[in-house]
Amino acid sequence: MGNLSMQGKQVYAIADNIINSLGFSTTEVIQQIEAEQTGIYQHEIEAIYPTPFWASLVNNEQLQTQINKEFVGQSVEHYFTRLEQMFLLSIQDVLRQTNIDVKSKRVLIIIATTKGNIDLLEQANRDTWYYEKFAERLDMSYMGDVLQKYFGNPNQPLVVCNACISGVLAINIAQQLLQTEQYDHIIVTGGDLVSEFTLSGFFAFKAVCDGICKPYDQDRTGINLGEGVATVLLTTDAKLAQKYSKIRIGGGGSSNDANHISGPSRTGDGLNIAIQKAFKQAACSAQQIDYVSMHGTGTSYNDEMESKALGLANLLDKPMNSLKAYFGHTLGAAGLMETIVAMASMRKGLLFKSLGYTKHGVSQPIQVIQNTQKHKIDYCLKTASGFGGCNAALVLAKIES
Amino acid sequence: MNQLIEQLKVQIIQQLNLEDVEPQEINEDEVLFGGDLGLDSIDALELIVLLEREYGIKIKNQEEGKEVFVSVRTIAEFIDQNS
Amino acid sequence: MMKFTQSCRIHEKKIYRNEALFYSDQALDDKTNFKTFIKGAYKYLGQSYPKFFKMDRLSKLGFIAASVLFSDRVLSAYAPEEIAVVMANRHSTLVTDTKHCESIKNREAYFPSPSVFVYTLPNILVGEICIRYGFKGENAFFISNQFDQDFMYQYANLLFQSGETKACLVGWVDYKDEADYSAILHLLET
Repeated sequence: MGNLSMQGKQVYAIADNIINSLGFSTTEVIQQIEAEQTGIYQHEIEAIYPTPFWASLVNNEQLQTQINKEFVGQSVEHYFTRLEQMFLLSIQDVLRQTNIDVKSKRVLIIIATTKGNIDLLEQANRDTWYYEKFAERLDMSYMGDVLQKYFGNPNQPLVVCNACISGVLAINIAQQLLQTEQYDHIIVTGGDLVSEFTLSGFFAFKAVCDGICKPYDQDRTGINLGEGVATVLLTTDAKLAQKYSKIRIGGGGSSNDANHISGPSRTGDGLNIAIQKAFKQAACSAQQIDYVSMHGTGTSYNDEMESKALGLANLLDKPMNSLKAYFGHTLGAAGLMETIVAMASMRKGLLFKSLGYTKHGVSQPIQVIQNTQKHKIDYCLKTASGFGGCNAALVLAKIES
Repeated sequence: MNQLIEQLKVQIIQQLNLEDVEPQEINEDEVLFGGDLGLDSIDALELIVLLEREYGIKIKNQEEGKEVFVSVRTIAEFIDQNS
Repeated sequence: MMKFTQSCRIHEKKIYRNEALFYSDQALDDKTNFKTFIKGAYKYLGQSYPKFFKMDRLSKLGFIAASVLFSDRVLSAYAPEEIAVVMANRHSTLVTDTKHCESIKNREAYFPSPSVFVYTLPNILVGEICIRYGFKGENAFFISNQFDQDFMYQYANLLFQSGETKACLVGWVDYKDEADYSAILHLLET
């Protein structure tokens, strides 16, 4: 316990926030997950899709209430897009938790997103003031500048745009950048929207579930899209780590299947490569892992590939879950959102039920968590996989008190 | 039927971006998937789009598609039966 | 120590390998469009890779740039998982995004295409390069205003320092329109 990672400096996660269909703070979201509550519902929004669809949406009225409460008198909705409003709320919550100086040159912001302000391209938004005003924000680098400017941070934000691994990848990149002398703290934030653009695309792939998704289940038929933002504050300051949190980023890695641009490899070897890199960087072995939080989208091929990867990595006997049936697949935010939930699991010593799973539906005997239960978690492995054949993995460790 | 087969060949080449393939090079009885054309899972989904857009026939998922997309002839026969 | 060993640059219908002109569009008609140019380059390379024709413009640009860079080089000294690909661009997948939007514009003729949609993620061009050459190492795609060589080299160096990466293809592959596209690829090795 408490092995030093391969990297010189230890990196700690000291504050976090989640905004999704289940709430506007990590605490709220975790409460809902503990209660086995899903945020995925059937919606009839013609502007997003011609027929009813199951997805996890952030409630607009509640978003407005939060915005008005948090940014009193700033008319934020006139200056920021819907996604940017969520980013503002999320980053603000994180900053409030530890009082680091976001205006310092020693602080960097990294943003993970796959499509950014893609709601601007919705047909229903054409010819509206929203599109006229914010069209330039389709440029994701510019969106990053907008957030940077709001918080007064002097560094150009990094924008990571690497499909569904963006969130985990952003944490890995942050951990590596914190090894240099440049930064003390990095705010890693990720977000994506459920939009006409992305939903139509996933429907074209026949990959959308007509109901709540069922990761690893025999009857799984596809994903639910989800939207939201998640933010985690990473630091090399050990004192802050002791004060605010007990979680260390052990190490991570990424890889490519080099097989197909949309279908995952049939062998799982690409994901295993990423997992082995994470183990090596974290100086951790498969045996030490207490819990695995996987990508588990609920598609036939993804979940099967993951089970194979767990086999290759000698992790078949580890309790594992997917969180996608709670708040959907949040794309660029997914890796971050789910890592934060994994950290909550570690702090509480609680394994969350893998919602949606009843009948085993993958070829390998993976141990899907069927009931929320107490369990000591010192080491956790988080994985993600995405279009383009990419994979990312990350080891989280509890630091000694 | 022959006219439909020839039409399908042209449409398939276009839909699947088979740039260097001529219609006469496609044998209507040869397997489409696992054959020389190198078609993959995205191509199977594109054929579903083709059928819906050009012939108004909806295929629900890839399993259903597998039965239909064996060869150009089986697609033509399916269209014929479902028009 | 990381060293720069190969490069490829593409812009204004010209391709340079290690700063020497490798291919240019010979047509006198200045209106020759990108599609003709990039197909010409593909044919000139003489490699048979039918999947090229399924790619969107951005992926074709990145793919040809990598093909030129590796046209006289095979990275056989490294294991697949030791080869990283780190790319960036400004416009993400703008042109393909527009194409996808067109396909869903009309509710009466609503036919989104999976082969178009898959290319609405810029990291797919990284995937295409990895598939072609069997690269299984670290991947990353960034969106930035311009090619920030210092940062990309810094990041590649961090990957090298981890000990797991022995070669890294870093670069910029950006496509806005017929008049505005560029690719800059550098191969870095230990």
